[in-house]
Amino acid sequence: MEATAPSPAAASGKQMDILRFATAGSVDDGKSTLIGRLLFDSKSIFEDQLESVERTSADRGEEYTNLALLTDGLRAEREQGITIDVAYRYFATPRRKFIIADTPGHIQYTRNMVTGASTADLAIILVDARKGILEQSRRHAFLTTLLKVPHLVVAVNKMDLVGYDREVYERIVDEFTAFASKLEVTDLTFVPLSALHGDNVVERSVNMPWYEGPSLLHHLEHVHIASDRNLIDVRFPVQYVIRPHASTDPELHDYRGYAGQVAGGVLKPGDEVVHLPSGLTTTITHIDGPNGPVDEAFPPMSVTLRLADEIDISRGDMIARPNNRPESAQDLDAMVCWMTPDRPLSPRMKLVLKHTTRTAKAMVKTLNYRLDVNTLHRDESAPSLGLNEIGRVSLRVTQPLFVDDYGRNRLTGGFILIDEATNNTVGAGMILGAK
Amino acid sequence: MQRSDYLLSQLDVLEAESIQIIREVAAEFERPVLLFSGGKDSIVMLRLAQKAFWPAPVPFPVMHVDTGHNFPEVIEYRDRRVAEVGVRLVVASVQESIDAGRVVEETGRRASRNRLQTTTLLDAIEEHRFDAAFGGARRDEEKARAKERVVSFRDEFGQWDPKNQRPELWNLYNTRIRQGEHVRVFPLSNWTELDIWDYVRREELELPSIYFAHSRRVFERDGMLLADISYANRGDDEPAFEATVRYRTVGDASCTGAVKSAAATLDEVIEEIAATRITERGQTRADDRASEAAMEDRKKEGYF
Repeated sequence: MEATAPSPAAASGKQMDILRFATAGSVDDGKSTLIGRLLFDSKSIFEDQLESVERTSADRGEEYTNLALLTDGLRAEREQGITIDVAYRYFATPRRKFIIADTPGHIQYTRNMVTGASTADLAIILVDARKGILEQSRRHAFLTTLLKVPHLVVAVNKMDLVGYDREVYERIVDEFTAFASKLEVTDLTFVPLSALHGDNVVERSVNMPWYEGPSLLHHLEHVHIASDRNLIDVRFPVQYVIRPHASTDPELHDYRGYAGQVAGGVLKPGDEVVHLPSGLTTTITHIDGPNGPVDEAFPPMSVTLRLADEIDISRGDMIARPNNRPESAQDLDAMVCWMTPDRPLSPRMKLVLKHTTRTAKAMVKTLNYRLDVNTLHRDESAPSLGLNEIGRVSLRVTQPLFVDDYGRNRLTGGFILIDEATNNTVGAGMILGAK
Repeated sequence: MQRSDYLLSQLDVLEAESIQIIREVAAEFERPVLLFSGGKDSIVMLRLAQKAFWPAPVPFPVMHVDTGHNFPEVIEYRDRRVAEVGVRLVVASVQESIDAGRVVEETGRRASRNRLQTTTLLDAIEEHRFDAAFGGARRDEEKARAKERVVSFRDEFGQWDPKNQRPELWNLYNTRIRQGEHVRVFPLSNWTELDIWDYVRREELELPSIYFAHSRRVFERDGMLLADISYANRGDDEPAFEATVRYRTVGDASCTGAVKSAAATLDEVIEEIAATRITERGQTRADDRASEAAMEDRKKEGYF
């Protein structure tokens, strides 16, 4: 049998962190080429993968090695030359590990973009320098801000096809900046590049000496993301109760731990905390991390809390600070992205709602408006939301949820909607107007 | 240790994410099982499961889909590891599926039991009424896997429909299924091969000896070095020779290739992996070489 702790793990030697980013754009914008370029130039593509892509490119009579073939993984994607689903890609430099959520850009795949953006620290929107800002670029920018992705990069691609012209680039920067002022963009960066030739992707381009900013990869390596987490409001959704009562070890007989992933704030032994829904307060006595006791826990750590008092705590409950609690709500207002073609969201509809570790039944009270994601126009007469449509919805749930405004905390402000008839995930919600 | 900057290393972040997934599935499913092959990924996954519930025991059994074409070192390791951790081991045997007439053994020199495993796996899931099966697959392994969800739905025939997957947002997983359906769960989705090795080193995890350089009788087929064991069906035109090799992946012994290597320690292996220019599946898995979509096709049928 194992000893008392699962491992004597030494601290990891490398202090690399992880940047998760989403890319939005269509094949026409060169998005897959850009990802292929990042993987290729950071030596994250392997010889056998490249050979396979080169072979397919040659078979198709393509002039350049089509790096897009690296990311289009499914048979249907290669046959149709389109990206169907979110694909996750990995590469690392000595500074960071990167996880790319590669999302298709076609209008029918808004749900994929929303999915990819939900966990992203940063989003890259690709713009074709020849075409400028399109309806699709605006839609991507809006979805990025709706999902509260903290950092946005506009990659103005195909600069080689406009003669690396500074004026073309600056016109696009001006137009996008004007549009972005209508959105809540916290950090906006522009990079002119040619994914095909590698200009400003990894190395600064010699073809655009007028551009004084960093290359795209340099920006990705250095953008500061540690402050993006909410380290203020303590939120600990209880995921699993650990009670090893069958153990023969008498010391473990009374062990009662509340396991979960920290969704916000910093917890320490000795801290006074409140349990919701009971409202009872107690004190943290121990925090057990994956490698033994820790003296603090913060997002995204998975830990187990032990408390001074015996309170009836179960999965779906929340631990917070007595003077800083989430709102306990049965009526929610949220922006909802509808993700199914099966049937539209409409008033009186009944759904299952999963928020943190709590699942409740929900009913749509009203659809306040449907938002045109291209013009930001609000249509208050819309009767329903169809696939890939977004609107402001009022919901009533059967039991209280412990929620924050999505803008304050993505983990306690987001939820998914499930159709009980099909068990499919049919919607994603971002809570608005919580205290 | 004081961490005033609230930073975590990439292994800490991956570990936290995997533990969250494992706990979520244990909380929301009635009969999970962890697929344990004795390969490095499943060894890491089992360690994460231990951590997720510590000091309580792992609250689900592990299952090995046994092709009968094993490396003896791996079976020895499997039994020892399972006993150390104190989990129940379920063995689903491809040989029994063959004997029962559920599948027909392939014939010819390249006969492999790789594809037959799918039937054995699905039969075992049905027999034991497992509703969630943890697998050690990673998205960096293969392009069809890059599109797979963390909690991936399988219909009553065990099939995966890549075009009709449930969206996965934040850390919220839809765990609802009907009777007879199940999910595959991939807690290591965001780990890379190098992350796995770094973690093995950090956790001081023991691995089966075949992961390290050793002398072995091998022969060459399709540019790969296969072990000269009876079920590899070595032909007279495929001369066997002695070589110093190690395994980069552990699969069915009849179709898993060894690589020439002198890396005998963990540090040497990690150094070699960090410098390699060929993917692990491309280098060592004959089963993936059948076509561009070999993995996608097998996954749709219910493969790991």
